[in-house]
Amino acid sequence: MKPFSYERAGSPAEAAAAAVRTPGAKFIAGGTNLLDLMKLEIETPVHLIDVNGLSLDKVEPTPDGALRIGALVRNTDLAADERVRRDYGVLSRALLAGASGQLRNKATTAGNLLQRTRCPYFYDTAQPCNKRRPGSGCAAIGGFSRQLAVIGGSEACIATHPSDMAVAMRVLDAAVETVRPDGAARSIPIAEFHRLPGDTPHIETVLEPGELITAVTLPRPVGGTHIYHKVRDRASYAFALVAVAAVVQPDGSGRVALGGVAHKPWRVEAAEAEMPKGAKAVTAQLLAGAKPTPENAFKLPLVERTLGSVLAEAKG
Amino acid sequence: MKFDTPATTNPIDQLKVIGKPTSRIDGPLKTTGTAPYAYERHDVVPDQVYGYVVGAGIAKGRIASLSVAEAKAVPGVLAVVTHETAGKLGKGKRNAAPLLGGPEIAHYHQAVALVVAESFEQARAAANLVRVEYRKTDGAFDLARAKDAMGDSAEHKKEDSVVGDFAAAFAAAPVKLDETYSTPDETHAMMEPHASIAAWQGDRLTVWTSNQMIDWAATDLAETLKMPKEKVRVISPFVGGGFGGKLFLRADTLLAALGARAAGRPVKVALPRPMMANNTTHRPATIQRVRIGATADGRITAIAHESWSGNLPDGKPETATDQTRLLYAGANRLSGTRLAHLDLPEGNAMRAPGEAPGLMVLEIAMDEMAERLKIDPVEFRILNDTQVDPEKPERPFSQRQLVQCLRTGAERFGWSKRSAEPARMREGRWLVGIGMAAAFRNNLLTKSAARVRLDKRGVVTVETDMTDIGTGSYTIIAQTAAEMMGVGLDRVVVRLGDSSFPASAGSGGQWGANNSTAGVYAACVKLREAVAQKLGFNSADAQFADGQVGSGNRRVPLAQAAGDGELTAEDGIEYGDLDKKAQQSTFGAHFVEVGVDAATAEIRVRRMLAVCAAGRILNPLSARSQVIGAMTMGVGAALMEELAVDTRGGFFVNHDLASYEVPVHADIPHQEVIFLDETDPMSSPMKAKGVGELGLCGVGAAIANAVYNATGVRVRDYPVTLDKLIDRMPPIG
Ligand SMILES: Cc1cc2nc3c(=O)[nH]c(=O)nc-3n(C[C@H](O)[C@H](O)[C@H](O)COP(=O)(O)OP(=O)(O)OC[C@H]3O[C@@H](n4cnc5c(N)ncnc54)[C@H](O)[C@@H]3O)c2cc1C
Ligand code: SF4
Repeated sequence: MKPFSYERAGSPAEAAAAAVRTPGAKFIAGGTNLLDLMKLEIETPVHLIDVNGLSLDKVEPTPDGALRIGALVRNTDLAADERVRRDYGVLSRALLAGASGQLRNKATTAGNLLQRTRCPYFYDTAQPCNKRRPGSGCAAIGGFSRQLAVIGGSEACIATHPSDMAVAMRVLDAAVETVRPDGAARSIPIAEFHRLPGDTPHIETVLEPGELITAVTLPRPVGGTHIYHKVRDRASYAFALVAVAAVVQPDGSGRVALGGVAHKPWRVEAAEAEMPKGAKAVTAQLLAGAKPTPENAFKLPLVERTLGSVLAEAKG
Repeated sequence: MKFDTPATTNPIDQLKVIGKPTSRIDGPLKTTGTAPYAYERHDVVPDQVYGYVVGAGIAKGRIASLSVAEAKAVPGVLAVVTHETAGKLGKGKRNAAPLLGGPEIAHYHQAVALVVAESFEQARAAANLVRVEYRKTDGAFDLARAKDAMGDSAEHKKEDSVVGDFAAAFAAAPVKLDETYSTPDETHAMMEPHASIAAWQGDRLTVWTSNQMIDWAATDLAETLKMPKEKVRVISPFVGGGFGGKLFLRADTLLAALGARAAGRPVKVALPRPMMANNTTHRPATIQRVRIGATADGRITAIAHESWSGNLPDGKPETATDQTRLLYAGANRLSGTRLAHLDLPEGNAMRAPGEAPGLMVLEIAMDEMAERLKIDPVEFRILNDTQVDPEKPERPFSQRQLVQCLRTGAERFGWSKRSAEPARMREGRWLVGIGMAAAFRNNLLTKSAARVRLDKRGVVTVETDMTDIGTGSYTIIAQTAAEMMGVGLDRVVVRLGDSSFPASAGSGGQWGANNSTAGVYAACVKLREAVAQKLGFNSADAQFADGQVGSGNRRVPLAQAAGDGELTAEDGIEYGDLDKKAQQSTFGAHFVEVGVDAATAEIRVRRMLAVCAAGRILNPLSARSQVIGAMTMGVGAALMEELAVDTRGGFFVNHDLASYEVPVHADIPHQEVIFLDETDPMSSPMKAKGVGELGLCGVGAAIANAVYNATGVRVRDYPVTLDKLIDRMPPIG
């Protein structure tokens, strides 16, 4: 770990301003991802801005019937929130499918959205990795890629985004609220929040330097049956091979997003029109243009079959 | 004490303490966090500082340049050890590659430097500033390719064991099987990493470490440092798991010693988790071919088992064919291992080396063969049982209750409810299957010594360099001494894991329990003689019970024998050739029920049963813990554990516990263990054998067979993961 300085921010706007004042500064929330990466010197911030004291830890309804989740709400608290369990069950289930109880107690909403990939080569600093060291190459392409992306990847990177929570938020059409160093706030639709790797896999979101996440807002409840199905080799405490988040209405229409297949939560709205026709039709559009490696080609039939199982479960 | 005739009745047979379920006597230390593990021994020597290891970033080649200037400039850094500064080092005979690499690099993450600093964080930060440039050379990293390159050359078959005419008998057999299987590289993944503190007093060296084999560690450390063994002391009273990963001297110990010498301060070193898979040893991958020929009514006439594995030049093959020489009858037999050169890290022992991967394969082959023969898999095994060594029929087994294990297990598990035809049982979304496998592991005899002291309070203290790697050694040794000296467990103190104590068998190969307690038995026999003599009894008549020694009407408190001081005896067990005259092995049967998600092919174990026949069970509680732990490890081996080899770079890619998955609680459902009544007078005066590895042997195959029974999909390449099933699962929706 490199030496770093540390401060506690007084307000969201101050935190954002402080972050651009010191180049190489980073926010720290639960620290469950950032600290691990700092120990391995994959992240090397020179300055940490602790945002834990910013009172962004409430889940509140908005006047127009949406639900606003503070950036620092812990994953455990969010999963247990009565309104989330009642109206946004897919989110609660996705959260509980992630990590472990201890980690969820620390992990925050914003930190979860911004957690870095679990590509094993990203973690081994002796290996080339464009995400860790831009321009060094990608060791995963042609290497061990069983966990990695099957769609939306590039010549530069085939990593996946590992979050479960973000997949549920994608299916719920959440919006990420931020404040920028100049004090201006904005709201970013989650569909646009995470980026595909392209030739800059080290840039993972549309956040600008210093921009602080203050909340995630879920639009008014859409009803339906909420299912999160995470597929993995062991029963708990493992990242998804694939995950399906779905909201299915009684008439068979609905929405679906995937985890474990791409550099961001994967959703193709056009594919959802096929939902009444079944999993095969939806998957054909959802994964059109997929470019799996020989090691992860199994994810394509796995998505279709998992979705089939989810749709069957929704029918009851 | 020389053990060369079968045991007759002895004080152990009283079974007042031995054989009783006994909670571990070291339990309170562990549950209160006060058991001293190596890295936390802050108290043993002042002024400790921290070492951090730098691992090679290539698999094979040379260091072209090495610069430590930046690292040395970090505040707090006291020393940097590299091959350039370490002085000339030897190599212990149990290490395939040097523990400190350079200029040659033998494998990925081979240690190339140790940075010593006042704080752990300083050492770690500075370690990242050690600049190493490498010149890579090509290496061999792909077992399948190495196997192909070996071809069918006779050179690799020189040491095959051959009985009868396998080829002719196999050709003539009406029913036969010829299949190839594979098992992956696995890492031990024990909870406590390799860790050591080293301190020099002049030319004497003391290390507090975590090691299964104290005497091997002391020998190889002295050898590597080119110093007399008498000047090395190794202390390892508690070991947070090893599974064979701590059988040998490893880099943490050597580098702590070198770092302490360079810094002039005691140095502590732990291997970071991401370094353990490539820096230390692992269970090597195998490719195995099994051929079985049988008569139409199911008698095996020909059986062949060949196994290919790879290793570094001084490394050994994985002995995956050993059990096949002894497990089933059959007149015509062939088995052998073929060793390829690979430049991956050293392959070496991991819990039940040989038999674990060997049975994972053989017991699938037996399942496949039973199916071809249309014979129940349990019955097929029973039909081919043998009570003698099939290679040397004049040698009987000392004890062999395989058939009883199979029958008991089948009955208790409800085997008769299994559908012989696969893919027939369904519960909701789950395809349900049942599988079984035989378990087998040899019983190994090695000498083991101990010292026992009796003090004037009547407390018996046992000292031996035996280790407790979580297995319960403290407790069974205390039980042995209590039984022998006629005192309660509260009157016994056990001190382990110190090279200043008499050398024991150590912990490995499931030999620890039987041999180390037999050594304590021998020392106690000597102490009983000394006590009897002191108190004026004829030692043959003296009874030791309830803290007293007696004969006829006379009873004297045991403590009195110590007088005002202490009475000490030291002895050990040494073995004659009983294990040559009769084959000593342990047997068992595993039964498993799995559910396979009909849509996703996710596999979840639902219940497990192991039946074991393994000599006298010294402590049913800790023995059960050993077996359920081993069964859990078997679930890992069957369903998820695999070190992924990057065959371009020559290393294990998933080298941390986020990416190398082992079972978690949610993977382990109901487990049941049954021990059959058995005593083996050929094994030792304890009449015991081992169970710690037996519990793992065969589990993987039982699971793979259950998956087949559930789905009709036969997977021959471990681990059995959903990607190997998904294309052949039933249609959905
Ligand atoms: C062993 C393990 C297993 C796991 N398994 C899973 C799993 O199965 N599924 C899953 O989804 N996740 C899993 N996780 C990941 C876990 O969910 C994340 O580590 C956690 O959500 C990160 O939240 P945090 O608050 O600790 O973030 P931190 O580590 O504090 O921060 C992460 C990043 O977010 C930035 N950041 C934090 N807050 C803000 C803010 N308000 N505005 C802008 N930037 C901010 C930080 O600068 C940093 O770059 C696992 C983690 C571990 C260690
Ligand atoms: S896939 Fe992405 S994260 Fe993985 S090695 Fe390649 S560039 Fe790095």
